[in-house]
Amino acid sequence: MSGDSAERAGIEVEGLVREFKNGPRAVDGIDLRVAPGAIYGFLGPNGAGKSTTVLMLTTLLPPTAGTARVAGFDIVREGGRLRGAIGAALQEAALDPLLTGREHMRLQTALHGLAKAERSERSDELLARVGLSEAADRKVGGYSGGMKRRLDLALALAHRPRILFLDEPTTGLDIQSRTALWDEVARLASEDGVTVFLTTQYLEEADALANQVGIIDHGKIVAEGTPAELKAEIGRPTVEAVPRDPADQERVARALQPFGERCGTTHRGGASVLLTGGESQLADVVRALDAEGIAIEQLQLHAPSLDDVFLAKTGRSLEGAGEEEAEADSGEMAAVRA
Amino acid sequence: MSAGLSTQVGQLARRSVLRTLRQPGQIVPALVFPLFLLAVNSGGLKETTNLPGFPTDSYLTFALAVPFMQGALFSVMNAGTDLARDIETGFLNRLALTPLRGAALLSGLLAGAVVLGVVQAVVYLSVGLIAGAELAAGAGGALVIVVLSVSITVAFGTIGLFAALRTGSGEAVQGLFPLFFVVLFLSSMALPLELLQTDWFHAVASANPVSYLLQAFRSLLIEGWNLGDLALGFGIAAAVLAIGMFAASAALKTRLVRT
Repeated sequence: MSGDSAERAGIEVEGLVREFKNGPRAVDGIDLRVAPGAIYGFLGPNGAGKSTTVLMLTTLLPPTAGTARVAGFDIVREGGRLRGAIGAALQEAALDPLLTGREHMRLQTALHGLAKAERSERSDELLARVGLSEAADRKVGGYSGGMKRRLDLALALAHRPRILFLDEPTTGLDIQSRTALWDEVARLASEDGVTVFLTTQYLEEADALANQVGIIDHGKIVAEGTPAELKAEIGRPTVEAVPRDPADQERVARALQPFGERCGTTHRGGASVLLTGGESQLADVVRALDAEGIAIEQLQLHAPSLDDVFLAKTGRSLEGAGEEEAEADSGEMAAVRA
Repeated sequence: MSAGLSTQVGQLARRSVLRTLRQPGQIVPALVFPLFLLAVNSGGLKETTNLPGFPTDSYLTFALAVPFMQGALFSVMNAGTDLARDIETGFLNRLALTPLRGAALLSGLLAGAVVLGVVQAVVYLSVGLIAGAELAAGAGGALVIVVLSVSITVAFGTIGLFAALRTGSGEAVQGLFPLFFVVLFLSSMALPLELLQTDWFHAVASANPVSYLLQAFRSLLIEGWNLGDLALGFGIAAAVLAIGMFAASAALKTRLVRT
């Protein structure tokens, strides 16, 4: 692959496997493809294999089997060139508490070979972009979690990478810091054309940011597609109507029945139905209820969520799975670092 | 786009020096503890100079060589602990994602040991001379003492780097401290080799390279210029540095499994 096409390339993974000594297959033969400029959300509970995948794709952990090309470079044979094309903010913001934000930037830009004159300009630009200009000369040990994550992102961008790996970038952040980081990641993809590989255990994060989502569980990808495709594959929306007069509950149920499946009453005194024809039937539902002369207190459309997708593919809820496997995950990372 | 080796070493050296200077907890014990032991030993053992064959009538001058070795032991702890912390926090992974060369990483990390070594040597020597120690080799000898002290500090620092890379644990590196202290005690620390009467202790101290490092300092303090002792001292420091760097480089390759 020529240098130009390599720069344009995204990520291609085939049959990637990672086994640890005396441990399970942390990554068990995954295939995935990320288009250039896309945001790929890699969703799964703790211990599912997300971070191990990132370590392999960033060349920090050799795969046991399988192949992958990142920015057109093979992760095993062309590690040096690959690292020049990617930026990464790994699971924990790996910063030196004794250095300032500006000193971190200076070190990172210098090690990536930026010309001396360009280093401070690039550092100032990135610190401003992540909102750390005022805190740039303070030691990182005094930064909040959100500030550390933002500095981590700025450091990952120091050498203008074509592909950015973000491993659970918002874990532990408050909603304000999380939203700010989402905005910046979205801007990087849409304005700068950076391909983003984002691991997360937050459904709303994958939903809000990703063009494409891969759901991983026990080292295997169990579902892949756009968030809309995944939801559409799993289920249709449910509409729930609650009458003003509780005595009308059965009438509501009868009115909803023609629109879909699993029609029944709800604990809130109303009735619901899984819409066979999707959201477009909502107007017809309203007209049907009106034609019956039923006064409606509440009408709610419940869209299918990625958690519904996870539940359907694995038989478990994503949040519960995370708690179950947290212990397994810490063991896995210890193995990576050992 | 890739930084030259000198740029990489310079940047990591700068970080290492900044880290050292910003951690008084590393500098102060490395200065105070050896000087405290010097004060205790030179006060309590001064009658030892009456032994026939003792090379000087000032035990302070004889004992002044010891803080330089103790300072080097602190460099093992400091260099090793700093690197172990980088491994534990993932900072080493951050560095591994840059085009950083292993040699630059190790050399840069040792820069902090150089700074600490210079500060230690100047302070130990100054305090010793103010307290009444002799310096037979004069001003030139003082310079050589500083250079030798820094050489030993850096050489021992590579052992700290090796331990950190092998274990990835700051606690494990700190666990080496008592071991090194025993090695120091099993040397000619308190008496010249030729005055050690116990056979097994004499044999162990004679085989212990630390005895010859101490003798290199003592030759400058007590005798003047003894090129044989100096060559042996610098030679041992060079050998420890070479072995330590080789071992640390091998351990770095294992630790940094980047493809």
